[in-house]
Amino acid sequence: MRIAVIDDSPARAAVIEEGLREVGLTDIHVLIERRGMVAQLERLAPDVLLINLENPSRDMLEESFALSRALARPIAMFVDQSDDASIAEAVDAGISAYVVDGLRKERIKPVLELAVRRFNAFSRLQSELHEARSALAERKTIDKAKMLLMKRRKIDEPTAYALLRKQAMDSGRRIIDVCEALITADSMWGGDV
Amino acid sequence: MSQFRIGFLPLVDSALPIVAQEMGFAAKEGVEIALVRDRTWAAVRDRLAYGQTDAAHLVAPIAIAMALGLDRPATPIGAPFMLGLNGNAIAVSTVLAEALGVGLESDARTVGERLSAMAKAQLSMGRRLRFAVVHRYSSHNYMLRYWLAACGCDPDHDVEITVVAPPFIADAFAAGEIDASVVGEPWNSLAVERGDGVIISSTSRIWTRGVEKLLAFRAELLDERRGEVEALLRALHAAGRVVADPAQTGAVAELLSRESYIGLPSALIERALSGRIVARKGGEAVKLKDFLVLQGEAANFPWRSQGMWLYSQMVRWGHAPPTKEGFAAAAAVFRPDVYRSAFAGTGAVLPGASLKVEGAINEPLGAGSHGGRLVMGPDAFFDGRLFDPDDPFGYLAHDGITG
Repeated sequence: MRIAVIDDSPARAAVIEEGLREVGLTDIHVLIERRGMVAQLERLAPDVLLINLENPSRDMLEESFALSRALARPIAMFVDQSDDASIAEAVDAGISAYVVDGLRKERIKPVLELAVRRFNAFSRLQSELHEARSALAERKTIDKAKMLLMKRRKIDEPTAYALLRKQAMDSGRRIIDVCEALITADSMWGGDV
Repeated sequence: MSQFRIGFLPLVDSALPIVAQEMGFAAKEGVEIALVRDRTWAAVRDRLAYGQTDAAHLVAPIAIAMALGLDRPATPIGAPFMLGLNGNAIAVSTVLAEALGVGLESDARTVGERLSAMAKAQLSMGRRLRFAVVHRYSSHNYMLRYWLAACGCDPDHDVEITVVAPPFIADAFAAGEIDASVVGEPWNSLAVERGDGVIISSTSRIWTRGVEKLLAFRAELLDERRGEVEALLRALHAAGRVVADPAQTGAVAELLSRESYIGLPSALIERALSGRIVARKGGEAVKLKDFLVLQGEAANFPWRSQGMWLYSQMVRWGHAPPTKEGFAAAAAVFRPDVYRSAFAGTGAVLPGASLKVEGAINEPLGAGSHGGRLVMGPDAFFDGRLFDPDDPFGYLAHDGITG
């Protein structure tokens, strides 16, 4: 079974390709570049095309599929209707699939399911990365605010932190918000910390 | 508060749901609208089909294609409310505009015939003019084909018609990938402002009241949440009064220009809202009558005859079979019954009929109605043809298609 993967995120496409290879599929082709995509697809003649739901080329690709069916070789749309639940799952994950006419459902389903798992894992990874990054940024902001207080009020670090925490609790805000406000205010007063 | 997730593309005719939510008309009806923005019609369609959204701002022929199961499994669809008539411009590259030498100052016939002659000249040199429309199943595609064919150009042979999603049209002009396009606003105006495109006509000049966007639901949801849907329609209708008020154009444009909606400057969005179109960079605005009709004279009423006209064009260009069943299925996507029950007793004007002869009104005309006097604006096609929903096969026979 020949599978084409189109994704505007090369990283995600690589993750999907790797997953497909792990389950023993070998005839996999990743297409990233929009230019010449239709010609490439026509040459490849894939049985299954996996594409991210939000890919900007989808309207254009659908037109070319409709045309090539009229002319020569069909790439029919989507999996068949009896499998609505797994398609809905794919749409939720952000994937859409086009499948060649007549390909048996039992053969498509595992591919689609694997793509869904990989897509979900990828977005989980991304949000974890995002969280890790913002946690790091938050820690830096808090450190900066503590430094500011230590310098201005001539206090030690635990006292500075206690002060920030008290201010947060009293005003019903998060510590990070209090720290950001403090840093902003200080910079407006011409602070040099 | 009942919630509706509504999918949309960043276009000026997504105004009604946005205004309904942001200006409190939805809340007043006990409805909350969560807008879900996409960049392609395929994504808007799939989210609706598989329940990620409850409703969608959709080009009318896509709703018909979904219901008919063209290229995909069929999804029963119901559209009880039209979100706008027309609003699309025809733009060409600056090079082609130069060569054509005609534009907004000329009527659709003159521009169409020049374009047709140009296409044939290019063809004789082994090159086809490349047009972009926004989707295979779009009013843009069918209006362009109708226009070119009536001006002596075979759209399947003399030119190439390709698909580019609205947000990418201006880039396609800049990259030299297309010679011409039919797309909604503000994407033409963006190409104009970048100096890559010139507006030469509009779909409102091809068909004065051209069917365009509708609010589509999965048919089962229409039944299950009927009362809530009707409340939503009333909110949209109330939003229409604000959108149609010239005093509010600036505020509406400002709202639509937000990053989460259209994300382009409000000055560009105002052009379509006011019908004052700037054809080329640095040029004067030209007032195009009824360029985009979002409200009034039953513009939001889902005329079944409009669905049937679209189906006739799908047949004409080989996208659908010439069958009575096909016409019936296309007409059934339009749901005037829901519209009527939503507005019964509200004082809104309700047409007495659900079908009309499309293209028959040349002067404003009083029509049978309930709840107030209905005056229908001119709805002529530029070539004067009429579409009689009682004889769709007679209409097709004129173009050499037999059922």
